[in-house]
Amino acid sequence: MKDHVELRSGAYADSVTLLQVSRAVQASPGVVAAQVAMATGLNLEVLEGMGFEVPASSPNDMVVALRLDDDADLAAALGVVDAALAPVRQAAGDTTVAPPRTTASALRRTGVDALALVSVPGASATVEAMDALEAGRDVMVFSDNVPLAEEVALKQYAASRGALVMGPDCGTAVVDGVGLGFANAVRPGRIGIVAASGTGCQQLLALLHHAGASADGVGVRHALGVGGRDLSAAVGGLATREALRRLDADPDVDLVVVVSKPPAEEVAEALTRDTQALGTPVELGLLGRGQRDLSAVAEAVLLRLGHEAPEWPVHGADNTGPATGPLLRGLFVGGTLCDESMLLATEALGPIRSNIPLSDDLALGDELMVDDHTMVDFGDDALTQGRAHPMIDPTLRNEQLARAAADPATGVILLDLVLGHGAEPDPAALLAPAIAAARRDRPVPVVVSLVGTDLDPQGLDAQRDALVAAGAEVHLSNASATRRAVQLIEGAAR
Amino acid sequence: MSQPTVVTVGADMFADAVAGQAVDVERVDWRPPMPGTESDLATVATDARRPEANRRAVEAMLGVTAHLVDVAPASEVLGLEKGQFLHAGPPITWDRASGPLRGALMGGAALEGLVDDPEDAVALFESGSSVTLEPCHHRSAVGPMAGVVTPSMWMWVLEDRATGRRTYCSLNEGLGKVLRYGAYSPEVLTRLRWMGDVLGPLLQAAVRGTDEATDVTGILTQMLQMGDEAHNRNRAGTLMLLRDLSPAMVASLETGGFAGKDVADALRFVGGNDHFFLNLAMPACKLALDAGRDVPGSTMVVAMARNGTDFGIQVSGTGDEWFTGPAQVAEGLFLGDYGPDDANPDIGDSAITETAGIGGFAMATAPAIVRLVGGSVPDALATTRRMHEITLAENPRWSVPVLEFQGTPTGIDVTKVCRTGILPQINTGMAGAVAGVGQVGAGLVTPPAEIFPKALAALAARVPT
Repeated sequence: MKDHVELRSGAYADSVTLLQVSRAVQASPGVVAAQVAMATGLNLEVLEGMGFEVPASSPNDMVVALRLDDDADLAAALGVVDAALAPVRQAAGDTTVAPPRTTASALRRTGVDALALVSVPGASATVEAMDALEAGRDVMVFSDNVPLAEEVALKQYAASRGALVMGPDCGTAVVDGVGLGFANAVRPGRIGIVAASGTGCQQLLALLHHAGASADGVGVRHALGVGGRDLSAAVGGLATREALRRLDADPDVDLVVVVSKPPAEEVAEALTRDTQALGTPVELGLLGRGQRDLSAVAEAVLLRLGHEAPEWPVHGADNTGPATGPLLRGLFVGGTLCDESMLLATEALGPIRSNIPLSDDLALGDELMVDDHTMVDFGDDALTQGRAHPMIDPTLRNEQLARAAADPATGVILLDLVLGHGAEPDPAALLAPAIAAARRDRPVPVVVSLVGTDLDPQGLDAQRDALVAAGAEVHLSNASATRRAVQLIEGAAR
Repeated sequence: MSQPTVVTVGADMFADAVAGQAVDVERVDWRPPMPGTESDLATVATDARRPEANRRAVEAMLGVTAHLVDVAPASEVLGLEKGQFLHAGPPITWDRASGPLRGALMGGAALEGLVDDPEDAVALFESGSSVTLEPCHHRSAVGPMAGVVTPSMWMWVLEDRATGRRTYCSLNEGLGKVLRYGAYSPEVLTRLRWMGDVLGPLLQAAVRGTDEATDVTGILTQMLQMGDEAHNRNRAGTLMLLRDLSPAMVASLETGGFAGKDVADALRFVGGNDHFFLNLAMPACKLALDAGRDVPGSTMVVAMARNGTDFGIQVSGTGDEWFTGPAQVAEGLFLGDYGPDDANPDIGDSAITETAGIGGFAMATAPAIVRLVGGSVPDALATTRRMHEITLAENPRWSVPVLEFQGTPTGIDVTKVCRTGILPQINTGMAGAVAGVGQVGAGLVTPPAEIFPKALAALAARVPT
């Protein structure tokens, strides 16, 4: 065994690209372990954990760390690293005019209609977003880990310019049919969505798209994300108001839906009042105790447009036997889906422990699993610092899936899987083997809410079939998946 | 809302996903900012005053037209007294002064009659009694290279007629063994005396005798379209100045009582010195930049200057504070047998031209000198384009034909330098490290990177909470 560790100062690639590079080199012959990453504190810990010794470095250095059976394979492995990094370099260098280095510079080169999509690390996101707002353009901030005070400052400035800030931590937007971030490909139509929740928005897109196949005129024109904190007391719905104003002014929008993670009470009240003053009807889908779930909101929208709600599809119900223990384990990539499931399950099963708990006393520690019902959001800021979102890198969740399956108290495992632009090209290929492995020793029921459409690049049917073949029961509606999981746990209790 | 172009900054995956939907994507080649600047950058970015402050600073700067209104001794127009010396760059003391600055001070002391032999001035400056050193910038002046100004030196006087503000610069001595490069041999002092006795008074008569004051900003507009970048190449500008002033110089034979030989010598001297106009370009740039000073919240650099030891910048939003770091040695071509070891670190106020968006920033318009400063034509185009990444605006009056008449990159933004790590590109002459040697080459240089995070931190500290 031989370790090769080199620092490349001045080299930079984003964490997603580096993840792909690491994967490519891990598959290279003779490579036992490999990690190519920027030398951030977190990545250095990972490298240390892998047993690599990294020399003194700064976070702006790229670390190439390889462990080989045989020195002879080193050159080939480094060749794989360079080849995997090369497309990035080509993209930057194949024109005579160097690419822009800031959002401001890029906006100077584009037309007046340009909008900006920011996904740099959170510590730098505000600066790039301000470039767009100063130019009077709208901006979507996908980046998470942006301080609350900066979000408020951005949105206050945007309000003074009549610009819209979608985010920070905004996973999803559809602007005139163009999907930004993680967005599902949907049939166009006359519905406008304002979403203080990325995966909540995606759930709504998926359900409305499914229903639209048999209901004429049901389709989405815009889905404007506003970031999960927009309806908090501190932000006060600044972006939600601007998004509502835009949709209200759009003659091609007949109905507006607002979806949100549980909002601050006073903000929700003010918003409810404000929406009544708009010319366009508004359906409010604000999650919370005693409020409707997302599927019920979709059903209400359909009803308002004169259609009956369909039965939300379920596949692989035959796979599911009785619960194998007393506890429900929810492992989510979507924060709002996790919220929704907790709200539903709490009604039937009592308190759920979580890293994004419904109340502070239910907080989970770093172990993420206790002798109680648990639901974990792997997309939460604390679990994505220095690594890619679980929709791209499912490693952490798959590890936890194995641990949950091994716990004899686990009765049912509840998962989500989200398709669409920006997500893994074939996420079922990574999740299905993990589900099959989890069910190898004892048949733990695995219920999955698969959020996607048949227009998504991954293909809804193929993804669903792979999960069903691995032993999962697959729902399109997260609420229906959650009710099914709860029902199984209640069955075990009786 | 209609289907937009999308500018993406961050993960390529999202850019690919948008491009895959047949939408135009402009990708930012984003890289992490200078280490440790993230928090200050966010603080300054969200300073509510900043966008308007920068717009005001840029507008004020672009609104200035510099007219040549007079030529007069520094004792008259700056109130400089015997024993007072101005120099280039941020403040410095004799003990830290480099070879060329010391050489120029020694020559200046001899010129003013404080000592007979320049070598005797060393003791004078070491004792520090009866002599004071002060930056040109503190007296509304700028000086190329060592930038030493003494009371008897004649100064160009430029004025912004809208406000009456004025800036000043000495007369250019030519290239080679000259005081500003630290040379102080008898020929240097002889030339300076002739400039004081003949050239200065003659130019004063010419300027005062010219009906329409010369529009220096306007000459800059024209020379940028004639292959000058107004720092290392001032050939077209010099000839245009001569065109403006020579009728009055000749007329002074009658009106001022000057001798024909003096006028001929002066015309030959000016026409034979391709750098003569630099000393008008510099105060014109300073006049414009001074208008952008002291706007609270503005992140625009209003001065870059070097004293041969330190490189310093001043920023609109932080008043007169200098942010300094070690001056770098330029890379470029050397005269004769000189090499990198002979060169002194960067020196002079002439980086005021780059601060105003010309010089190295307008390299694309001066292909004739790209080799002098060690580059190629594509390098020159790339340099000017790169400077647009760190500037706030384009100058509509100063345009670059080869870049489709795009305005020169104007108003260096401290935050953009910290974000991109791109440092301002300066074209410069190189002085010999040893006092008395003179010029050894010319080349390209950048400021020390660390002064920009320092300035950023000071801006962040001034953001109201």
